[in-house]
Amino acid sequence: MRHIISILMENEAGALSRVAGLFSARGYNIESLTVAPTEDTSLSRMTLVTRGNEEIIEQITKQLNKLIDVVKLIDLADISHVERELMLVKVKTTLNNREEIKRLADIFRGKIIDVTNNSYMIEMTGSSEKLDAFVESLNDENIIETVRSGPTSMSRGEHGLHL
Amino acid sequence: MELSGGEIVIQCLKDEGVEYLFGYPGGAVLHLYDAIFHQDDVKHILVRHEQAATHAADAYARATGKAGVVLVTSGPGATNAVTGIATAYMDSIPMVVISGQVPTAVIGSDAFQEVDMIGITRPCVKHNFLVKDISDIAETMKKAFYVATTGRPGPVVVDIPKDITDPNIKIPYHYPDSISMRSYNPSVQGHTGQIKKAVELLLTAKRPVIYSGGGVVIGEASKELTELTRYLNFPITNTLMGLGAYPATDKQFVGMLGMHGTYEANLSMHQSDVILAIGVRFDDRVTGKLAEFCPNAQIIHIDIDPASISKTVKVDIPIVGDVKPVLLQMLALIKQQHKPDTEPLARWWAQINQWRTSKCLEFDRSSTEIKPQRVVEQLYEITKGDAYITSDVGQHQMYASQFYHFDKPRRWINSGGLGTMGFGLPAAIGVKLAFPDADVACITGEASIQMCIQELATALQYNTPIKIINLNNGYMGMVRQWQEFNYESRYSQSYMDTLPDFVKLAESYGHVGIRVERPEDVMPALEKAFAMKDRTVFLDIITDRTENVYPMIETGKGHQEMTLRVAPGTPIDRELA
Repeated sequence: MRHIISILMENEAGALSRVAGLFSARGYNIESLTVAPTEDTSLSRMTLVTRGNEEIIEQITKQLNKLIDVVKLIDLADISHVERELMLVKVKTTLNNREEIKRLADIFRGKIIDVTNNSYMIEMTGSSEKLDAFVESLNDENIIETVRSGPTSMSRGEHGLHL
Repeated sequence: MELSGGEIVIQCLKDEGVEYLFGYPGGAVLHLYDAIFHQDDVKHILVRHEQAATHAADAYARATGKAGVVLVTSGPGATNAVTGIATAYMDSIPMVVISGQVPTAVIGSDAFQEVDMIGITRPCVKHNFLVKDISDIAETMKKAFYVATTGRPGPVVVDIPKDITDPNIKIPYHYPDSISMRSYNPSVQGHTGQIKKAVELLLTAKRPVIYSGGGVVIGEASKELTELTRYLNFPITNTLMGLGAYPATDKQFVGMLGMHGTYEANLSMHQSDVILAIGVRFDDRVTGKLAEFCPNAQIIHIDIDPASISKTVKVDIPIVGDVKPVLLQMLALIKQQHKPDTEPLARWWAQINQWRTSKCLEFDRSSTEIKPQRVVEQLYEITKGDAYITSDVGQHQMYASQFYHFDKPRRWINSGGLGTMGFGLPAAIGVKLAFPDADVACITGEASIQMCIQELATALQYNTPIKIINLNNGYMGMVRQWQEFNYESRYSQSYMDTLPDFVKLAESYGHVGIRVERPEDVMPALEKAFAMKDRTVFLDIITDRTENVYPMIETGKGHQEMTLRVAPGTPIDRELA
């Protein structure tokens, strides 16, 4: 099963490599990983997507908790949460398809953030499935490049992951 | 008080009460060595190879409970220390390793003797620190000792670039009395509800067994474990790392369990209905085939490390907490209850005593060749079971664990998790420094001893008179045994064609060497060796080269499928091997 693990950790050099190293050393897989400092710059928040059965996920969270740099973590799969991913897509445009691509981006609530005479850059956020669907709706030949942040996520309601 | 970075590091060690610093100098740590030169409080032990520094410090920690401290230079000094760091990590031994690093300005430029020590050691340390500012040294050192010695202990590396220890830059020194880290909270109290549940289960057990390990030694809970075990009259088995936590000569002790554990210990585990696992980690050498591990047992597991619980074997009642207070709580609760019906327990003991009659450890005592098991027995006799025994890794290690009956914790010093050959000799030096008046013997083999043989020089320089019991069978015995069992006796590269004359070798290092070739000469040689209180003695004992360690659970088999030297029911003097 897919799990989103949200980790609050010391914003220190090497902290990221400790997490990545743990996953490779113990043979766990990482589907995606995104990390940046929080409003308190001494802390970083990492969102990590992984897959595994109950036992593996239990070990992953225990082993992560054991890392000295990890302050707190939460497995969001256990609770109601909201998930968003950011994607940038650059597509080739011609006189014929410019309008259609713009309409498609609008339908998916994307924004065109850069335009040249033969390309668009489209920014889109949403669930990973929505981003997948948009990419699928584009003609493969038109896609120049895509970049995705990997999901970030928060639990719903008044509680949160903080000190 | 204004001090340079180098002086601060050494002053921190003094303030931490460090007695010995095991190390080897080099370019990146010269400022530190100059600071060492100007003081006498922290005694530096100059080893002959950095691996030995880590093993000696590790063994010092195992014997005393205090953190072992190591100082090595950057690059090769640091990488040589890695084996010893990993050894300590696998066995949860508190250790602080200070490694020199190239100056901050050239880090990352492939400078001379530069290696990414933080990256290299990351998977085999509890934590590591790179110090980038002189004003961080004192706090980092405090954190290093705090992390290394609390919770589930382990090695911590502090990597210090050379410019940080510059003698020309001085700052005011203050060593914190205590420290707290928001991301690290090691003190865990056992959950009272879980402890209650565990006690209820224990009191209903019909075929219980206590399975305890290194966590009891590290957690200083030997007394509590013994009291609980005796009060309940349960059988108890220890892991390799847990030997000595419960007195081996006690009638309730059924021996070590696992691959070379006793028949009675492994069968007790296999047929038990309730297991009380304390400070253990269900290692593969203990469990054998996981699918067949203790099929009918409900398992209670006490451990300070939540990640150890249900890692390989799913347990029924987990208790995360420091072993000692949890055992005390359990005892208090149990004493409030009525003692359970003794009838099922009596039947269980009758069964165990019947298993004991297989005499699974017995060997051929009439052989004209020296049996390694007999040597360990004789060592036990002459030291009255009260020596510190270090060992290397292989058959001799198993003989030591089977035939030296440890009645006290911290007396058995071996590399259990990593299985590091070369551990024994430097370990013996570390223990002897900690306990100069105690008998310290290193049980080793001719292959293992050669991996750190250069430390004979260290033993002379620091006058650490130890006794080296070299069980010399000419083979890497355990490798040879596996090749005999699993590779139709194709002894691929397990035989060394050229061995040194160990007597002359010992003599050239300034010690006493004695070669022993006949069974009747073993005891007199041991007597002679232990009578020389102030000399290191190397006993090169030529043992039966075909001898194997029994009993054995072969790889992929369960506890119930032990291979015994002699099939049950046949006379035990018949040698099958």
